[in-house]
Amino acid sequence: MNFLYAAYTATWIIHITYLGILVQRYERLRSEIEELKKK
Amino acid sequence: MKRAFPIFALLTAILLSYALYEALVAAPTEQTMGNVQRIFYYHVPSAWTAFLLFTINFVASVWYLIRRSPHADAVAVVTAEVGVVFCTVVLLTGPLWARPVWGIWWTWDVRLTSTLVLWLIYISYLMLRRFSTSGQTPVLAAAMAILGALDVPLVYFSIWIFRTQHPQPVIGGGGSIDPRMWHVLLINWAAFLCFAGLICWSRYRLEILQREVEEAQALETLEPRSSR
Repeated sequence: MNFLYAAYTATWIIHITYLGILVQRYERLRSEIEELKKK
Repeated sequence: MKRAFPIFALLTAILLSYALYEALVAAPTEQTMGNVQRIFYYHVPSAWTAFLLFTINFVASVWYLIRRSPHADAVAVVTAEVGVVFCTVVLLTGPLWARPVWGIWWTWDVRLTSTLVLWLIYISYLMLRRFSTSGQTPVLAAAMAILGALDVPLVYFSIWIFRTQHPQPVIGGGGSIDPRMWHVLLINWAAFLCFAGLICWSRYRLEILQREVEEAQALETLEPRSSR
């Protein structure tokens, strides 16, 4: 059972980490757009 | 389209929760392996999804080389990146399933090795896209993606062609599967396909926005020169 839970947990950790990276990229891009607007 | 996104996200979340319930609770327990066989419901759909994304990457790369379409190039980047995420899941859940069943984490057989090579090819593809500053990067990347895609059929058919530690395929491999397990497998694949579609959608929007910002920044740096 430990291996089963480890596999399912690892799957969701990978997906959530990737989603987190996407959110970070969105935030960075949003700040770049704000900077461009100010100029 | 903006309104459809949260609805699609909600439906995907519901489908993923239902698929998880089916995989952990409703699916019958396999007689020889026991509960650890349930890793199958995450491992196999993730592999199929990765193969599908790499195939789309191949089509988009060919399309880019023929038409030089920036949208095809964006689709290629997105599918390669999301495909790598799903392939990473395959490479992690595989050993976690192999250890209790085969007694080893990893073996250098054709299926496992070709999957690792596939992952490394697309990691190299993403590194090329990320770090190359050449104007020819999309062309080089498209050529690399076409060569990389040759590994997809090798991974899929390796268990037919070679004697491997990896079990025979579920479809067309002569093996049989309980209809209830088959049902749960398809539900999980549908859920992961929706999830992959959702991520690709967001990532595609991000890619297009990023290109627009880069274009605006490039124009801005040119402006003072042209005004002189």
